[in-house]
Amino acid sequence: MIDWTNANYLPWLIPVPPLLAFGLIFLITNRSWWLTVATAITATVTSWVLALAVVLRSVGAPVLGLAAPEHFGANAFGSSTPWLNLGTEQFSLGVAVDPLTVVMLFMVPLAISMIMIYSIGYMAHDPRKERFLGYMTLFAGAMLTLVVADNLLLLFIGWEVMGFCSYSLIGFWFEKESAYKAGVKAFMTTRVADVFLLLGIAYLFAEAGTLNFRDIFFNEAFLEKLAQTPALLLGGGLSAAGLIGVFIVIGTIGKSAQFPLHVWLPDAMEGPTPVSAMIHAAAMVSAGVYLVVRMYPLLEAGADPHHGIYSAPLLLMAYVGAFTALFAAIIAVAQNDVKRVLAYSTISQLGFMIAALGIGAYIAAAFHLITHGIFKALLFMSSGSVIHAMEHGEHHAHEHGHHPHNTFESDKPFDPQDMRNMGGLRGRIPATFWSFLAGGMALAGFPLITAGFWSKDEILAEAWTLGLGGEGFGPAIFVFILLVLAAFLTAFYTTRQLAMTFAGEPRSEAAAQAGLGGPRSMVSVLMQGPLLVLAVFAVIAGFVGVHPDFPLFGAIFSPSGNPFHEFVGGTLPHHPPTLAFNLIPVLFSFVVALGGIYLGYLVYWRKPLAAGQVDPTQAALDRISPAIYAAMRNKFYVDELYDAVFVKPAYWFSETVVSRVLDRGLIDGVLHFIARAATVIGETFKRFNRVVIDGVGDGIPQGIGAFGRWFRAIQSGNIQQYLLMVALSVIVIGIVVFWNLVR
Amino acid sequence: MIQIGNLVTIPLLTAIVFLPLLGAIVVMLLPRQNKAAIRYTALGFAVVEFLLSLQLFLTYNYAEGGFQFVEQTEWFALLGSSWHLGVDGISTVMILLTGLLVPLGVLISFEIDRQPRLFMALFLFLEMGMMGVFASLDLMIFFVFWEIGLVPMYFLINLWGGDNRLYASVKFFLYTMAGSLGLLLSIQLIGLTAGTMDMVQLFQFWPGFEGSGGTFLGISVATVKDLAFLAFFLAFAIKVPVWPFHTWLPDAHTEAPTAGSMLLAGVLLKLGAYGFLRLVIPLFPAQAAAFAPVIAFLAMMGIVLGAFAAYGQDDFKRLVAYSSVNHMGFVVLGIAVAAWVYGITYTGGAAPWLALDPGTVALADKQSAIIATNGAVLQMFNHGLSSAGMFLLVGALYHKTHTRDLRKLGGLWVLAPIYGGILIFTSMSSLGLPGLNGFVGEFLVVRGAWPVFTVATLISMLGLLFTGAYILKGLQKTLHGKPSQEWVDYDRKHHRLEISLREVIAMLPLMILMLVTGVLPNWILPMINDTVTRLFGGS
Repeated sequence: MIDWTNANYLPWLIPVPPLLAFGLIFLITNRSWWLTVATAITATVTSWVLALAVVLRSVGAPVLGLAAPEHFGANAFGSSTPWLNLGTEQFSLGVAVDPLTVVMLFMVPLAISMIMIYSIGYMAHDPRKERFLGYMTLFAGAMLTLVVADNLLLLFIGWEVMGFCSYSLIGFWFEKESAYKAGVKAFMTTRVADVFLLLGIAYLFAEAGTLNFRDIFFNEAFLEKLAQTPALLLGGGLSAAGLIGVFIVIGTIGKSAQFPLHVWLPDAMEGPTPVSAMIHAAAMVSAGVYLVVRMYPLLEAGADPHHGIYSAPLLLMAYVGAFTALFAAIIAVAQNDVKRVLAYSTISQLGFMIAALGIGAYIAAAFHLITHGIFKALLFMSSGSVIHAMEHGEHHAHEHGHHPHNTFESDKPFDPQDMRNMGGLRGRIPATFWSFLAGGMALAGFPLITAGFWSKDEILAEAWTLGLGGEGFGPAIFVFILLVLAAFLTAFYTTRQLAMTFAGEPRSEAAAQAGLGGPRSMVSVLMQGPLLVLAVFAVIAGFVGVHPDFPLFGAIFSPSGNPFHEFVGGTLPHHPPTLAFNLIPVLFSFVVALGGIYLGYLVYWRKPLAAGQVDPTQAALDRISPAIYAAMRNKFYVDELYDAVFVKPAYWFSETVVSRVLDRGLIDGVLHFIARAATVIGETFKRFNRVVIDGVGDGIPQGIGAFGRWFRAIQSGNIQQYLLMVALSVIVIGIVVFWNLVR
Repeated sequence: MIQIGNLVTIPLLTAIVFLPLLGAIVVMLLPRQNKAAIRYTALGFAVVEFLLSLQLFLTYNYAEGGFQFVEQTEWFALLGSSWHLGVDGISTVMILLTGLLVPLGVLISFEIDRQPRLFMALFLFLEMGMMGVFASLDLMIFFVFWEIGLVPMYFLINLWGGDNRLYASVKFFLYTMAGSLGLLLSIQLIGLTAGTMDMVQLFQFWPGFEGSGGTFLGISVATVKDLAFLAFFLAFAIKVPVWPFHTWLPDAHTEAPTAGSMLLAGVLLKLGAYGFLRLVIPLFPAQAAAFAPVIAFLAMMGIVLGAFAAYGQDDFKRLVAYSSVNHMGFVVLGIAVAAWVYGITYTGGAAPWLALDPGTVALADKQSAIIATNGAVLQMFNHGLSSAGMFLLVGALYHKTHTRDLRKLGGLWVLAPIYGGILIFTSMSSLGLPGLNGFVGEFLVVRGAWPVFTVATLISMLGLLFTGAYILKGLQKTLHGKPSQEWVDYDRKHHRLEISLREVIAMLPLMILMLVTGVLPNWILPMINDTVTRLFGGS
């Protein structure tokens, strides 16, 4: 019998309420909005409470008389159950809570609950709002499953279910072409990565015989052996651990939208804004980073980044992460859509985390994952609030018809997300302004008083110490330089966004009339209440991870060592070293954050944009060449490239080559030839003896003959004949090559 | 055992095999005009048959293993053939699948208005053929039922099919016949050589048989075996279908009536895969192992090109039909692993075609083979659920819209929200979304195949990627977008596009099993696993 008072079973219960709510909403309550709301909120809040209970159980709560467990990292709690019988062995699936899970359980249910409350206000007037909340609960349940999973397979199940949810929610307004296309794009782009991840899981399972995290990571002999075994593929000194790691990192590159698989995330803006918050902060992309943080002991097998020895997956993460951080930051500068700026900032910030992990800054990556989750949820919900206010203003402006021939409006339909139409919203929606400011400053890394500063600073500090500041390891130097530049641009574009949205005078009638229906309206409270809660966390969450030697702050917040570092470090078999405090990277953090903010202030805040004015950054860059800004705004044409190189050829290959030429042409052609030959032979016999041969029937040869005539017709073109030959030779070569490759 | 009163006792397997025949006869005796009676009688027989197959599933003792419910009586002694039935875990699972799908197919065929009596009778007759194949332990019996499965399907396509039904049914019939011909010759060859058609005896005797002086009828026994193997391979490969023998499938599936497509994809394709596991691997371990890399290559081609071809279709039903080529590719990949490891274990690597070091097959490979074979059989079951579900839904849509052209459909989710939800659910099962059934089988096959056929598995991932592409294409082209005014009017004036209650009832068991198998696969896996483990010498 299961004893539910035993804490080992508690983690099972965390994902259950939202999953249950999903079923209830789709099967029963979907006709009643308030029942649906009650179900969804009850479920998420229950999960949150359970998660908090787990957190308290893990970190200890002296007030309640709960002591923290001894050596918690090594003594994680949880339980598992047999899931698959394979041969004489059993594959078990279960849940476990270790320090990394605990910090995720602090951030994820908090963000999810806030997003859920916010959704009620945001979606209140949508005709399919019940369905929306249903998907959101499934999303929440999948993310919580992923967080509490004690093995890679259960994690992958949560991972993929989230992929399905994001597909459905991005394309939630499925009547709109751009929406459903964005949903498909998100699903397919992440699936590219997921099939590699699946291979990685299969490979690891084959080597280890288990997928349980702790069984693998705490078995050092196994990890060492895995790092010595040559990989099944690609040879060239790559170890099995390296190849598994690379597969897993590719999975993260897709899910966390890193270059070159970043293209889906900006388009994901097509979904309702609460979805963006869910995808960008609480769930989807965080899951990608969580995976590599979780798998770090494996990725690091055979390497030691603190002594300059890197493994293939670490290098991949360092380079891809750092490049993406800068690349996305550059694009973000030239975006005018309020959510798109945030989308690219997400890509960029995830790059920070992945690059950090690549150079071995395990704690810093986990820390930034948590703080980013909070302030990005805040930013997205704030931007949703802005959009809602703009739509409200647009509606209002039309209703009252102040300006029948509105001078602000062009012939294009009004875009409530375009920051060029905004301006001066500070006075219209003050609560949103202050929370947006808190989130924005955290993103920019405003020194000392925002959470983003502390986590970003820790990444830069490690990159500095391992690179330029002493050890001189190449990847760390690369990461440091690119991240510093990216951090500067982050501060700049965030200030630009704040200024364009809130400063100066309204640049459209909608902005002048914008609002959420006054401070007492239900929508206003439901939407802005969660913002204020998250805004508080966006400021204070950073104080749990201050370096003990940091002047003044270290003495206040970390008198007995960095609490976050001490706690999360326990997840690993070997506690990662605390690097000595160094003032130079802190100075860099100060300079890039304040410098970027100041530059943004100079360009955009002090002289707010006028309606129709060319963006000052564009004006400045156009003096060098107009191509630069155009490339930035068009995201360096990656989408166009993929469309031309992958999407269109794939369809052509499927439609023309495989189904038409290969199946109907070559294979059926051979069949019909055989059939016709048989018929001819039959005919010959028939001449000798009409009586004996009449069973084959006339319909058959006639049908086949007709097909043959049709087939001759499509064969007349040269291209088909050429393709036929190509297909034939590919098959022959393929068989030969394959024969040699197998063993 | 089935007791009827105190007098008659019928062994369970015989009852399972012949109940559908009885049903077909009873249905034919009903008056032609009384369509309701015909329909409900057929449904009644199908449901009772399902309950029998469920009883078989529940009472088969997998911990004990081996063939159970065995019955043997003299039948055709001259040929060395006897009425020998029996099941192991794999056939039990297949019988359960067949028993489940037939009543759903009957239910969905209530919509058939033209000659329902003949249709239902043929449909039940078809079920007898399939049950017989899964239950038989004698080559001759196996072959007879194998052929019985062919004929009713030909008529179902030919008489109730779509526009291009003549071409499709003839292609299906001739193609499968061509395969069967070799099968029949080989079976006779084996029977003549060994003096028995009994599978259980042949499993012991045939693989090690070398003839007197290594020749048989003047030909070397090795050659006889090689030829017999090729004939078996061809027959089953056409049925599965293994690429490139698959081109009958899209035609037959597309033209068949809905219930026909359901059984064709749901069960008939499994006959081929079942043949590999039941006959080819145990009877020809050396040849199968030598051929395994080729099988793996063909499986990979099926997975990848099947997915591409499905993506290239504009006919919804054809798209779903091609998805079978893609999904059955994973079954074949698992079988290739099984053939490789089983054969090498059996021959010690010393077979004439294989000059391998006997130490090649490590323990780890054996575990891989067990996992891959488990995956293949589970995938057979899962594909039975999801493909039957997909064909049912495509048929339900076609029944209302009279078109399957994806370019004409679109935006239907607004008009048919429940249909849309069910279609998405079933599509996700077919896509292999974790949490639903398809994923478990595919994962096991990938896990098992990766260490053995690494390159094939890697390239197969491209097919898995495009599985996503064609599934999403199907969903998008039917459900997403704004419905055209034409469809809105059609929905209001001509025919409601929303799914009907009968169709929902037929979908429900499938959907429940998809979810249950995805969340708790161990309700069925031990049944498969114990048999598979024994096959590879574990216990």
